[in-house]
Amino acid sequence: MAENRFPSPFEIETPPGAEGWQELYSYADVFSEDRRAYEESQFWFQDSIHWGWALTPWDATVMTLCMASLSQYNSRVFKVPPSQGVDARILNGYCYLSPVEIDDPAVIEGRVPEFTERAGHYFQNWDSLYASWLEKVQDNIREIESLDFSPLPETEPIETVLEGRGVSSGWDLLANYRRFKDLTLKIWQLHFEFLNLGYAAYLDFFGFCKESWPNIPDLAIARMVAGIEVDLFRPNEELKRLAQLAVDLDVDDAFDHEDPDAVQQHLASSDAGKRWLASWDEVKDPWFNFSDGTGFYHFDEPWIEKLEVPYRFLRDYITKIHDGEDLTRPMEEIRAERDRIVGEYEQLLDTDEERQTFQAKLGLARTVFPYVENHNFYIEHWSMSVWWRKLRELGATLAKEGAVEREDDVYMFKIDEIDEVLWDVVKAWTSAGENRSRQIWPARLAERRRIYEALRQWQPPKALGNPPEVVTEPFTVMLWGITTDSVSAWLGAGDEGEGGDVTGMAASPGTAEGRARVIFSAEDIGDIQEGEILVAPITAPSWAPAFSKIKATVTDIGGVMSHAAIVCREYQVPAVTGTGYATRDIQTGQRIRVDGTAGTVTFLDD
Amino acid sequence: MATRPRSPYTLFFEEYSPDQQPRLGGKSASLGSMIQAGLPVPPGFAVTTDAYDTLRSHPDLRAGVHAHLDDLDHSDTTALTEATREVRKLIEEVPLPTEIAAAITRCYESLCEQCDDDALPVAVRSSGTAEDMPDASFAGLQDTYLWICGADQVLEHVKRCWSSIFTDRAVSYRRQRGYDHRVIDMGVAVQKMVRPQAAGVAFTLNPADGDRSQVAIDASWGFGEAVVSGEVTPDNYLVDKVIYEIVSRKVSDKRLEYRLNGNGIEVAEVDEDRACQPCLDDEHIRAVARMARRAEKHYGSPQDIEWAIDADLPEGDDVVLLQSRPETVWSNQRPTARSHIGTDPMEAIVNTLCSPLSARQKQPS
Repeated sequence: MAENRFPSPFEIETPPGAEGWQELYSYADVFSEDRRAYEESQFWFQDSIHWGWALTPWDATVMTLCMASLSQYNSRVFKVPPSQGVDARILNGYCYLSPVEIDDPAVIEGRVPEFTERAGHYFQNWDSLYASWLEKVQDNIREIESLDFSPLPETEPIETVLEGRGVSSGWDLLANYRRFKDLTLKIWQLHFEFLNLGYAAYLDFFGFCKESWPNIPDLAIARMVAGIEVDLFRPNEELKRLAQLAVDLDVDDAFDHEDPDAVQQHLASSDAGKRWLASWDEVKDPWFNFSDGTGFYHFDEPWIEKLEVPYRFLRDYITKIHDGEDLTRPMEEIRAERDRIVGEYEQLLDTDEERQTFQAKLGLARTVFPYVENHNFYIEHWSMSVWWRKLRELGATLAKEGAVEREDDVYMFKIDEIDEVLWDVVKAWTSAGENRSRQIWPARLAERRRIYEALRQWQPPKALGNPPEVVTEPFTVMLWGITTDSVSAWLGAGDEGEGGDVTGMAASPGTAEGRARVIFSAEDIGDIQEGEILVAPITAPSWAPAFSKIKATVTDIGGVMSHAAIVCREYQVPAVTGTGYATRDIQTGQRIRVDGTAGTVTFLDD
Repeated sequence: MATRPRSPYTLFFEEYSPDQQPRLGGKSASLGSMIQAGLPVPPGFAVTTDAYDTLRSHPDLRAGVHAHLDDLDHSDTTALTEATREVRKLIEEVPLPTEIAAAITRCYESLCEQCDDDALPVAVRSSGTAEDMPDASFAGLQDTYLWICGADQVLEHVKRCWSSIFTDRAVSYRRQRGYDHRVIDMGVAVQKMVRPQAAGVAFTLNPADGDRSQVAIDASWGFGEAVVSGEVTPDNYLVDKVIYEIVSRKVSDKRLEYRLNGNGIEVAEVDEDRACQPCLDDEHIRAVARMARRAEKHYGSPQDIEWAIDADLPEGDDVVLLQSRPETVWSNQRPTARSHIGTDPMEAIVNTLCSPLSARQKQPS
């Protein structure tokens, strides 16, 4: 029976064993009685594209900083006429978002002149602003890297005295953490500086194409706009180059070893191998700061720290080279094909005016698209890899001080709690005493970890609260693919399964049949056999090397504009995303048919 | 390929040039121009209007046409039927001038040699030259003879095409419009038969909404007649004509097919399993769409084509084009929503943000 509303967030029960979960998160981020009237009147959807898993306190901090940064550009900075941003809450450890729309046409109208001036400035100066954005992001990364979180010294360095610094390492540690918090927020401020406007320009071109050719595949529009040399694809390209280099230098047998240390020892034992290692070192930073996940979660690991992942990809590429496959991207062909596609659609327009409009919109979409494609590498992968590394460094220092048992307990702190812990540690250091944190935090963090484990077992409902009649908030539609249709589909959840045994979003077109390989983390990517269909909770752009082996992808989580979907389309692998339960309902070895055009998965007989 | 026999009475399609058009009639000229454009049209040759021209100057024939038709009372339908039958009989019985018969025979034999079949089945069709023959949509007035084998049979059916100038309906049609029976030209097209495993029609736009970026394909088992006549609900495929993505497929229950039976074509029932199978695989769907797009580019306007998958040809090269006509319903219309045209770029972006596409599509058009 379809109901006309989703459960109230206040009706949802706490999962067994997770009592007191609210303590893991800021009071700004949870549903509460004092805001109940507002919270019950809103529509909330679980953001499974970005935050499909339960959040640790630090994961939650990343989420809330990210969403506030998105919102401010809509509501306050650019004054996107109909949008006051996207509000965020956490329920039972899961992220729920709510589009905040402006209903009053007069208010919307009133915001148009400001938006036009502000967004217009960005569109007109896009290239120079983007160039300076790249510098700002890299400055931010360098500054995060430079923050010193090492344990406090037994004796203050002599320079403090000789240079007359006037402040100590204790002061530095406290100041560095405060700076770290600022730079964390700055990552997300920078993430959204261009993103919403970029999507707006893309969507405008998209709308023009859909009006001109009502049935044009999304893929065709994406192909007209997509960049040829995209930084997001660079890590994979570098890996292919290194595979070729290993073959050329005749050191490819080093990769027969499973253990990364053994690979490195083997390489270090010859001059040719050393040359290969030098070439790896030249590109690893930044290009292998490439997360095996979304970069949003504490458990995401970049290639640079988890060599078995890129080494396994290298091994596959080396095999392909030996089989005579050419791994290089045929740039001229790709460029010519893009020109052909644009030319053919342009020919289908009737008047010069239409063709001019088409070219102008395509031109703007292409201007903005490098940002849309590349920000993912610069923020989610590079910035966040460096950032998580720095947080772990802090965790190691806290472990040394006894405030936490293990360095990864640091993920269980709320952002501002660490100020107090550090003060306690520094205070004890100044008078050669014992900090009190070691008496307080290990037990508290263990309790939080236990609650977190209970939250992980919970299945969050897709939506809460009051469904909107029409979804118009542009970024909810654009980024999350949430439309009036999908909301009513969720309300009538009994109809699920129509058209296939598993259904989801048609994320990358085409059909394929084959045996499923269910993978839960990047570590298992090596199990994938040529011609199998990858089934995973979510995929990351860094899984791209595996895409040369697989026939199709099915994920539990993710939308049409998700990064995984973008990469699938780039590598022309059919994909169905956001199925909810593919990893539960499909078994490794099962024969399935994936229809990435319809968004369905069908079970086949053996 | 062996040198083609030369004669004023015949012309192989691949030798077509536009200045030949008046000598060939519409059908042969169209097939010739498609072959010239590199479109995969089954091979064949035209019998030129010179052949019929020569034949009709035969004294017996001139006298016969004169005698039967000059003083005919056209309101007397019985007399009209009788008179036209006599004229047709004359044409079919008058001996064909040797050089014409020889030219056609040589061409047929050359075609047999090319296709490696001594008694190659061909289709023989009349190829009218101008408005002096009623439009093809006047069913039955343009004659088509399928599965004709052997030179003698070809000659006989060429004469039948000529005699079709004098069906009662054609004669009264010309009479109404004031055309002279004695100066009518008629060509004939002789073309290798295809043995279609599947066939149908295709539009180089979406007939449902006029979307010019798509090719719409209707397909069924066997000969295309089942689709053209509307006797089956065909499979329907929509293909993007730029990136050749198959956007939609509707597979129907196709219970009937026109197929070969010995030396003729019969209507037969399709067994249940096969009836519900898609009659084209993805490669064939794309190949048909590509060919339709090539025809559209060749003619410079949306086309309505007939195509077939020829079981005699090697896979990958087996899609053939049988006919291409201008599409007339949508060609001059465009999808109605053109909200983007002529707006200032920032205004367009504001509109996009204030009314996302998904919300706009909800609105009644």
